[in-house]
Amino acid sequence: MGGKRKMFIYGGIIGLIAAILMKMGNPGNMGICVACFYRDIAGAVGLHRAEVVQYIRPEIIGFIFGAFIISIVKRDFKSRGGSSTLIRFFLGFFLVIGALVFLGCPLRMILRLANGDLNAIIGLVGYLVGIFIGIQFLKKGYTLGRSIEQNKISGYIVPTMAVVLLIFLVIKPAFIFFSTEGPGSMKAPVILSLVLGMVVGAVLQRSRICTAGGFRDAMLIKDYHFLWGIIGIFIVNLIANLILNFDSFHIGFADQPVAHSNHLWNFLSMTLAGLCSVLLGGCPVRQTILASEGDTDAGVTILGVIVGAAFSHNFDLASSPKGATPNGKIAVIIGIVFVLILAYGIIKNNNKIKSQNKEVIKNA
Amino acid sequence: MPNILDARGRSCPEPVIMTKAAIESNPKGSLQVLVDSHVAVENITRFVTGKGYNVNVEQVNEEFTLNIKK
Repeated sequence: MGGKRKMFIYGGIIGLIAAILMKMGNPGNMGICVACFYRDIAGAVGLHRAEVVQYIRPEIIGFIFGAFIISIVKRDFKSRGGSSTLIRFFLGFFLVIGALVFLGCPLRMILRLANGDLNAIIGLVGYLVGIFIGIQFLKKGYTLGRSIEQNKISGYIVPTMAVVLLIFLVIKPAFIFFSTEGPGSMKAPVILSLVLGMVVGAVLQRSRICTAGGFRDAMLIKDYHFLWGIIGIFIVNLIANLILNFDSFHIGFADQPVAHSNHLWNFLSMTLAGLCSVLLGGCPVRQTILASEGDTDAGVTILGVIVGAAFSHNFDLASSPKGATPNGKIAVIIGIVFVLILAYGIIKNNNKIKSQNKEVIKNA
Repeated sequence: MPNILDARGRSCPEPVIMTKAAIESNPKGSLQVLVDSHVAVENITRFVTGKGYNVNVEQVNEEFTLNIKK
């Protein structure tokens, strides 16, 4: 089977599962949303107290289990880390702030578009601009440095976190919060979410699909391999929605579920998300898969995402269907400026080290 | 002797960018790229075969050497 077709099928499986999860109870156009799901988990463990978005999403647990198991079977699992860990934390932190101002991670952006939400086009344009800016830094020598092999046990921490979350989900201790209304209360059955989440995790691990990587490689090296995965997600989700979720399918900007029509802020928030994703080397769902196969830097990135999601609700940064908040707008601007300065600083320092090394070689 | 590029520990897409720069600076020469992940092997292989190069991959433990030539 050709690489393109294989990628399309892999992406198609994800698109189909997203439509099924929406049909079975997940919020509108949110069969899968990595940013929203981490936000719900942050709320469930009490890191924020926005009562309408608190739930331990079994899909995330499934992604981690699926990717972990398949990476062990296929010998991809490797404990590694130590590559600019704190920087990655803050890139994850600002990435999710951007995503929650837009109201969705890049994967949900594609799913929103596949159910007729035209606001997602604005988000997509912003995301592409963010990726384009990120690529300019890559071309100028941006790197977060090498990771090195870590003690094997460190690679098991994220999968263990998933086990703990599953225990909390099942026994629901008093300190765990579950929404009784709003998006957090809308959910597909636990077993279904978990099993389909595992399938998605395994598919993403094998295919290496990344919503940022697909666009980045197309722009940077004219490689459309991963883009076919994204196209597969979009087309199959669109068809599946027309069959399974026809009642909710409508094309337009207004009255879309868990979305708003502040075009400027949909654009800028996803510019921030795209920029952070390229500088991290992958979008939130890719970071989740990497973290599940032993990448401790990606694990810290996820922690940044969870903390950023909690701040988003504690500081009133996350948008609502009414639109972006004043605090959210300020946070997006701060995020873009912060990340640009960070990337510029990294390039400047790297180039300085390079020229010093050349001097040393010359003088040797 | 081929040029040797050490891309071990580099996260995606750096190994491909480094390989791209190396073959662009010396398009006719042979190149050896060292990586330590399957993803990097797949991405570099796809990139250089698309550019008309031949690749041979050797694996020792968890490290890979890609021998790239026209």
